[in-house]
Amino acid sequence: MRHVISLLIENESGALSRVSGLFSARGYNIESLTVAPTEDASMSRMTIVTTGSDDIIEQITKQLNKLVEVVKVVDISEAAHIERELMLTKVRATGKDREEMKRMAEIFRARIIDVTDTSYVIELTGNQTKLDAFISAIDPALVLETVRSGVCGVGRGDRILKV
Amino acid sequence: MVLTGAEIVIRCLQEEKVDYVFGYPGGAVLYIYDALFNQDKVRHVLVRHEQAAVHAADGYARSTENVGVALVTSGPGATNAVTGIATAYCDSIPMVIISGQVPTAAIGQDAFQEVDTVGITRPCVKHNFLVKDVRDIAATIKKAFYLARTGRPGPVLVDIPKDVSAHKCEFEYPKEVSMRSYNPVVKGHQGQIRKAVQLLLEAKRPMIYTGGGVVLANAAEQLTKLTRLLGFPITNTLMGLGGYPASDRQYLGMPGMHGTYEANMAMHYSDVLLAVGARFDDRVIGNPDHFAEEPRKIIHVDIDPSSISKRVRVDVPIVGDLKDVLEEMIRQLEANAARPNPDTLGSWWKQVDEWRSRECMKYKNSDEIIKPQFVIQKLWEVTGGDAIVTSDVGQHQMWASQYYRFDKPRRWLNSGGLGTMGVGLPYAMGAQLANPGAQVACVTGEASIQMNIQELSTCKQFRLPIKICNLNNRYLGMVRQWQQLFHGERYSESYMDSLPDFAKLAEAYGHVGLKIERPSDVEGALREAFARKNDLVFLDFQIDQTENVYPMVQGGKGLTEMILSAEDL
Ligand SMILES: Cc1cc2nc3c(=O)[nH]c(=O)nc-3n(C[C@H](O)[C@H](O)[C@H](O)COP(=O)(O)OP(=O)(O)OC[C@H]3O[C@@H](n4cnc5c(N)ncnc54)[C@H](O)[C@@H]3O)c2cc1C
Ligand SMILES: Cc1ncc(C[n+]2csc(CCOP(=O)(O)OP(=O)(O)O)c2C)c(N)n1
Ligand SMILES: [Mg+2]
Repeated sequence: MRHVISLLIENESGALSRVSGLFSARGYNIESLTVAPTEDASMSRMTIVTTGSDDIIEQITKQLNKLVEVVKVVDISEAAHIERELMLTKVRATGKDREEMKRMAEIFRARIIDVTDTSYVIELTGNQTKLDAFISAIDPALVLETVRSGVCGVGRGDRILKV
Repeated sequence: MVLTGAEIVIRCLQEEKVDYVFGYPGGAVLYIYDALFNQDKVRHVLVRHEQAAVHAADGYARSTENVGVALVTSGPGATNAVTGIATAYCDSIPMVIISGQVPTAAIGQDAFQEVDTVGITRPCVKHNFLVKDVRDIAATIKKAFYLARTGRPGPVLVDIPKDVSAHKCEFEYPKEVSMRSYNPVVKGHQGQIRKAVQLLLEAKRPMIYTGGGVVLANAAEQLTKLTRLLGFPITNTLMGLGGYPASDRQYLGMPGMHGTYEANMAMHYSDVLLAVGARFDDRVIGNPDHFAEEPRKIIHVDIDPSSISKRVRVDVPIVGDLKDVLEEMIRQLEANAARPNPDTLGSWWKQVDEWRSRECMKYKNSDEIIKPQFVIQKLWEVTGGDAIVTSDVGQHQMWASQYYRFDKPRRWLNSGGLGTMGVGLPYAMGAQLANPGAQVACVTGEASIQMNIQELSTCKQFRLPIKICNLNNRYLGMVRQWQQLFHGERYSESYMDSLPDFAKLAEAYGHVGLKIERPSDVEGALREAFARKNDLVFLDFQIDQTENVYPMVQGGKGLTEMILSAEDL
């Protein structure tokens, strides 16, 4: 099962390697991992997308909690939550493809944020499935490069991760 | 007061009431050694190899209730320490390791004797720190000691660059530590404890299974009280020996791979299992699927939530300091008139005693050749069962755990989790320094002892009257046993040729050496050795080369599928 785990961690050097080292040492999957400081600069927030049986997910949260610098851990995918990911796609845009790409961007509510004679950079945010859908909707031969930020997420409403 | 970083390090150790530091100097820690030189509160024990420094500090901690401290230089000093750190980590031993690092400006430059110590040790410490500013040293060391000894204990490493140890700042030792990210649970959940007590009272085939946590929590007294109050059978893991008196009737011996028949049968067929400070290790429960076949309710008390429901699903988890939880269980039981039904308990004991009557620890003694079990039994007699016994890893370790009966905690020091050959002698050093008057015996094998034999020199320098009992079978015995049983008797590289004359070797280091070849000489030699109160005596027992450790649960087999003796093969 796919889970989205959010955690707050002290913003110390090496904190990221403690988390990534834990996943590799214990053979847990990481689908994506994002990290950046929060409004409180002394703390970073990480979002980890992982897969595993209930037993494994239970161990993952316990092991994360056990890391001395980890302040709080929640599995936000246990209840209503929102996930977003950012993708930048550079596509070849010449001739009739120029119009076609613009149309696709509009359909997906993406934005074209860089334009040259031969290319566009398209910015798209959404959940993973939306980004996947966009990628499969456009002609793969036209994709020059893509970069995805990995998922970040928050619980809905009263579900707040804060110290 | 303005002090250098190095002076601050030593002042912090003084504040923590550290009496011994085990270490080895080098370039990156020269300022710290200089600061050591100028005081006499913290005594330094110069070992002959950094691995032994960490093991000795670990042995010191295991034999006391204190944090062990080791000091090593950067690069090779730190890498030599890694085995020691990992050994302590696997058995949750509270330690602080201070390592020197190259100067801050040189970090990342592939400088002389530079390794990423924090990176290398990360997976085998409870936590580690790189101190980049002299003003952070005191607070970091304070945190290191706090982390090492609270919650689930473990080793904490503090890496200090050379320039940081030379810089100066005002010294003040923090009174307290508060870390928003680290708050181990101490008090167990009342409701869960009540549920547990209820289950225990209603149990038909109850069993208590305890481990190293009881020793670490200094809760042997509480455990004994609870166990007597309930009248249940009890087993202690290899790490928990002495947590409950082994000579007591309720004690069934050790569980697991080389545990007793009665302990394993009672574990397996129990309907309520109370696990306390034990982590359902694979060497203890055998094949987890086989273990899960019998339905039973499991209550698990542990301070580390990640120990709970890791390998075995638990019905009543209780997170907390087990001393606190045991006290609460006792309180609830004493406040309540209900007791386990004597008839049901009686018939369970009848079953348990029937298992016990198999006498699985019986062995065939000999007049011709020394049996290792016999040596340990004699060691127990000669020391009045009151020695601190350390061991290395192998068959001798199992025989020591099976035939020396430990009635008190912190008398049995060995590497259970990592199984590190070479710990025996350094553990004995740490234990002897921590307990100057105590009888300290190191039970070892001819292979293990050679992994840290250089420490005979340290023992001479610090006059440590350890008694080394070398169960010399000229084999990597434990390896040979597996090859005999599971690899078609193909003894690949498990024979030890060209062994030194250990008695002479001991003498060369300035100690007493004895070679014992006949069963009739065993007791006399032990008596002579322990009568020499001020000497280290190396007893080289030439034992039966082909003796195996039984009972045994083969890897992958269930707890009840035991080989009880050679006849079962
Ligand atoms: C050659 C060899 C053979 C072995 N054969 C056997 C065998 O036959 N039988 C056997 O038992 N072992 C055997 N072992 C040892 C085995 O590998 C494990 O090390 C051992 O079983 C683990 O012991 P434990 O479960 O008591 O856990 P420990 O490693 O001692 O862990 C202690 C537990 O207590 C918890 N704890 C610590 N402090 C507290 C506190 N204050 N409050 C609450 N909880 C706390 C910790 O979180 C942890 O979960 C063998 C080892 C070797 C090298
Ligand atoms: C550092 C290390 N290397 C290898 C092993 C694997 N090993 C376990 S027991 C053993 C043999 C130990 O021989 P000895 O010390 O003579 O003890 P015996 O089993 O003969 O009593 C070996 C090689 C280990 N546990 N530790
Ligand atoms: Mg041997």
